[in-house]
Amino acid sequence: MEPSSSGHRISRRALLRGTAAGAGAVALPALLTACGGPGDEVKIGSNASDAVPRKAFAEVFNAYEKKSDKKVKVNTVNHEAFQEGINRYLKGTPDDVFMWFAGYRMQFFAEQGQLADISDLWKGFDGFSAALKAQSTGKDGKQYLVPYYYYPWAVFYRKSVFAQHGYEIPKTFDEFRALAKRMDKDGLDAIAFGDKDGWPAMGTFDYLNMRANGYDFHVSLMGGEESWTDPKVKHVFDLWRGLMPYHQKGANGRTWQEAAQSLAQKKSGMAVFGLPHPGQQFSAADREDLDFFAFPEIDSAYGQDAVEAPIDGFLLAKKSKRQKEGKELMKYLATPAAEEIYLKRDPNNIAVNDKASTSSYNALQKKAVDLVSNAKQISQFMDRDTRPDFASQVMIRAIQQFINKPNDIDGLTKDIESQKKTIFASD
Amino acid sequence: MPLTTARRAKRRGPRRFTPRDLAVIGVLLGIPVLLDLALIWGPTLASVGLSFTNWDGIGDIHWVGIDNYKTLFTDYPPFWPAVRNNLLWVAFLGLVATPFGLLLAVLLDKGVRFSRFYQSTLYMPVVLSLAIVGFIAQLVFSRDQGALNAILANKNDPVDWLGDPDLNIWMVLLAAAWRHTGYVMILYLAGLKSVDPSLKEAAAIDGASETQTFFRVVLPTLRPVNIIVGVITVIEALRAFDIVYAINHGRNGLELLSVLVTDNIIGEASRIGFGSAIAVVLLTVSLGFIVTYLVQELRGGKKR
Repeated sequence: MEPSSSGHRISRRALLRGTAAGAGAVALPALLTACGGPGDEVKIGSNASDAVPRKAFAEVFNAYEKKSDKKVKVNTVNHEAFQEGINRYLKGTPDDVFMWFAGYRMQFFAEQGQLADISDLWKGFDGFSAALKAQSTGKDGKQYLVPYYYYPWAVFYRKSVFAQHGYEIPKTFDEFRALAKRMDKDGLDAIAFGDKDGWPAMGTFDYLNMRANGYDFHVSLMGGEESWTDPKVKHVFDLWRGLMPYHQKGANGRTWQEAAQSLAQKKSGMAVFGLPHPGQQFSAADREDLDFFAFPEIDSAYGQDAVEAPIDGFLLAKKSKRQKEGKELMKYLATPAAEEIYLKRDPNNIAVNDKASTSSYNALQKKAVDLVSNAKQISQFMDRDTRPDFASQVMIRAIQQFINKPNDIDGLTKDIESQKKTIFASD
Repeated sequence: MPLTTARRAKRRGPRRFTPRDLAVIGVLLGIPVLLDLALIWGPTLASVGLSFTNWDGIGDIHWVGIDNYKTLFTDYPPFWPAVRNNLLWVAFLGLVATPFGLLLAVLLDKGVRFSRFYQSTLYMPVVLSLAIVGFIAQLVFSRDQGALNAILANKNDPVDWLGDPDLNIWMVLLAAAWRHTGYVMILYLAGLKSVDPSLKEAAAIDGASETQTFFRVVLPTLRPVNIIVGVITVIEALRAFDIVYAINHGRNGLELLSVLVTDNIIGEASRIGFGSAIAVVLLTVSLGFIVTYLVQELRGGKKR
């Protein structure tokens, strides 16, 4: 480099000064955000990014603000992004209270020591069933979750389609299969089916397994304690294979929304869905026509005892510096009143607290309450009942592969088992 | 630096640096070098290091040796399809889309009628992100509601363009090539415009046919463009991610290494160690191409 004139030197100095100023500008906002908020507010991490739940939650928190003269600051993140970022979220600076799911998916983080124990609050709770308490409890026997609402899975259909063809609600699996066969003859796709997103078909597997092998086996299979090469599991896939000809073809290329639309258009007869799912794809007028029945019985020893009903609720972050304020808010969220405010705005779920009023419920919601309150056991959903990495990395692929080639059950279960061993051994 | 100072003490000439110069050089070179180390080499080495652990992002880091790689090669079904698909991307973009882009550029350069119109139409997809191309592909190829099946009117047995794992990769490559072709075309078009016409005239006078002129005279003078296009093609193929993620999260026949890395590292209960191992494999594949390219470049530079 040539030595430069003084004129150049000044410009270089200016450049350096500019660089330093620039670096400061980058660092400053980071410093600002590092400061904490005041003590009379509670921060909530929300994954309710869709319009309806978002508004409904805003009303609940408004009601709490009025009641407690505390400020509630809601930090809403896109639903999927919140789930995907949960590790980094908890490791960084989580909000005091945040929305999450019950069961294994909550226990996983309790075990990591990320959640605050709220057993003391639970002693004062009223109106929660034993099944709910079990789903809110960690593996160490302490409670961590305040359950808020749930939605059962069932087989949905259109009343008018059943009336038109004279179909009857199947009680047993044989009747179910016979009905599917009849629909097929009548030119309908018997079972609407879309698994492009990977998770919707899990509901069918869960129900087949719980009906054929019972809830306890299902839970320990999901917990990694049973072998996937067990004849019981193969039997489940075999039952499913028998139904495959009556499922809509090309499920791996179809979203669940498209599947629900085919139900709405009367092109297909039935579909296994959660309560909020099919209604969204129906026009307001057609929604009256939507109905469901419990997944039919396979083994009379287990009947229709278990119901798949994912529970959403609230958790308190252990890292939060406002444990007292957080717990107060959670105490409020466990009351029937808090649930009623929400469900008035979002009629796609039902309240967990059996003291909550059901007078504003629509017919489907009322039926859903019957379904879950008669349930002997409540399961969550495959991706909530097992390790998230096992569900997303192994089972999504396995089920999609099964849909493509339903005949190679031995190879499939062997594949799942060997991957399960690696994943469950990793801790 | 000590070398420079020593030399400066002995030789007083126009090449000496004042202390201030040294400071400025140090800062201006040091900052980029530090940034390069911190933002590129740091994470790269960290990934390599993490690939030998089973870190989950929250808990303690345990050393597990080459376990992740063993699992990856023997007990992770999506891995080999992903490698195969990545190589298929390189091959398809390199052997089909890129030559086709070149062909279009040559045709347009000859001055067909409405060439401006073709030029802008073919270039249009390039301004779309691959995620958007993915959404468009879904509108066209969806089994029940897609435009293509509607045109084919095969109501009774519609083709499942995106759901059939033997078919969907080709549909995606087609969609990706649609965008890549336009990109390559515009690069070559710019290159062709700068080729000296007298070269072509000279070749014609010497009796070369048009094909000969193109392959013996024009294409070699386009060497810088060829290199850029080659690099872009490889990069596009190896970093492909958004289009398959938009279509079906890169599952069921559309696996790619980049998707597997993301799936394992981002997401609940993240398998950061395992995901890093996949990233290292992707790095190795990329290094293969980079080293080949650099060797070629350096050799070419010596010859010139």
